[in-house]
Amino acid sequence: MNVRSPDMNRRWNRKDLLGLRELSADEINFILETADAFKQVGTREIKKVPALRGKTLVNFFVEPSTRTRTSFELAASRLSADVINISASTSSLTKGETLKDTAKVLEANHADIIVLRHSSAGAPQFLAQRLKSSVINAGDGAHEHPTQGLLDLYTIREKREKIDNLNVVIVGDILFSRVARSNIFGLLKLGARVTLVGPSTLAPREFEKLGVSISHKIDNVLPDADVVNLLRIQHERQRKEYFPSIGEYTQLFGLTKERAKLLKPDCLIMHPGPINRGVEIDSEVADGLQSVILDQVTNGLAVRMAVLYLCGGIATP
Amino acid sequence: MDAAAIQRALRRVAHEIVERNPDLRSVVLAGIPSRGVEITRRIAEFIRASEKIEIETGIVDVAMHRDDVGARAELPVVRASKLPLPLEGRTLIIVDDVLYTGRTVRAAMDAINSFGRPARIQLAALIDRGHRELPIRADYVGKNLPSAASEKVRVRLEQTDSESDAVWLFKE
Repeated sequence: MNVRSPDMNRRWNRKDLLGLRELSADEINFILETADAFKQVGTREIKKVPALRGKTLVNFFVEPSTRTRTSFELAASRLSADVINISASTSSLTKGETLKDTAKVLEANHADIIVLRHSSAGAPQFLAQRLKSSVINAGDGAHEHPTQGLLDLYTIREKREKIDNLNVVIVGDILFSRVARSNIFGLLKLGARVTLVGPSTLAPREFEKLGVSISHKIDNVLPDADVVNLLRIQHERQRKEYFPSIGEYTQLFGLTKERAKLLKPDCLIMHPGPINRGVEIDSEVADGLQSVILDQVTNGLAVRMAVLYLCGGIATP
Repeated sequence: MDAAAIQRALRRVAHEIVERNPDLRSVVLAGIPSRGVEITRRIAEFIRASEKIEIETGIVDVAMHRDDVGARAELPVVRASKLPLPLEGRTLIIVDDVLYTGRTVRAAMDAINSFGRPARIQLAALIDRGHRELPIRADYVGKNLPSAASEKVRVRLEQTDSESDAVWLFKE
């Protein structure tokens, strides 16, 4: 007559999702299993469930973002939560209010869940420790982007039916990438082997301490890869001393049509988007059969529904 | 209730479903996880044995349609629903182990409506223990078990619980 599981509390009792580093393999797997159920909701005639009815979610994006914010907004709507969007330019942060004060105001307005994107690493944790609301990290500086990491894990698990023992290659600007960090933590916990590829300035040796391999020659690692995850070259953050030129990057690290021939036929090609066609990936490759870039977007919705349900659905003490 | 009594009750429920639904091909049995799914499988097997018809079955998960999320410290685990589509024109029979307040059944009906609009929805339960909080009744009942609200009903099925089939009514 009911579906309460005795081990629910053992498997999940967090109000916040700040990063994948602090999660156990079991917690990550539990989010992925929960996402399976929410992915199925997308196939229904009515794609909306009342799971978070009456809850209020605030999308608080101090750094610009379209796809992550939209994905969270859609996920919240499908769970019947009310959504408010606040961006840096419309918030009182521009008037000198501190992050903590703005967040306190949000909480006083009964925000149950705050989804925060911020340019400073640690900002979500700062709020989570001070607020009763659930805080979901939607990207903090170069630290973590846990829901992107989770949707990448979900997509790999869906397409390859496992993660354990797969060779995953992450290419690009590792140093400044929160997507790379969340992926590294999650993949290693679930038993994958991770190789980082990029110029030595952007894929430095220090990362080996995390338990990954580093390579500066992409052609050496492509033939053994089960998954290639290409990071976006973030023109807007790139500083000259790290990065010679776009043309040289493409020549050395871009997944060109010719280079893609080195891949195994079942190797997945991933990209967190938005894509710079012709820079980190050729158009034909991005739109090819091995590309799962659009699956990542669809799965992002299911994963974010699962995270909002798990963090936002527990009773606040 | 022991294993033999459970099987007898489910066999009778299967017969009643056959009697009440002349067009068995339009019937879908939808179990509520996890024991409802196992009971669905057993009823379908009884119908197969007596009528030589493979009845369609599905799973209807109610966790995301419950009305008490946030009201308790423990969140229900969500699972994927699986129903044969389209549901239009079909008779959908919700199957669960224990019928109690009726709130789970209400949630199941909400879930079903988001997949489509069956011609009719019926309800089958292994145990009806009373104490309804909503205007809901079962069409097929394995056993009526009058109980006090302070008592507990525990159902165990071999396939879902790794214990022998049994139903107990007990006080904590």
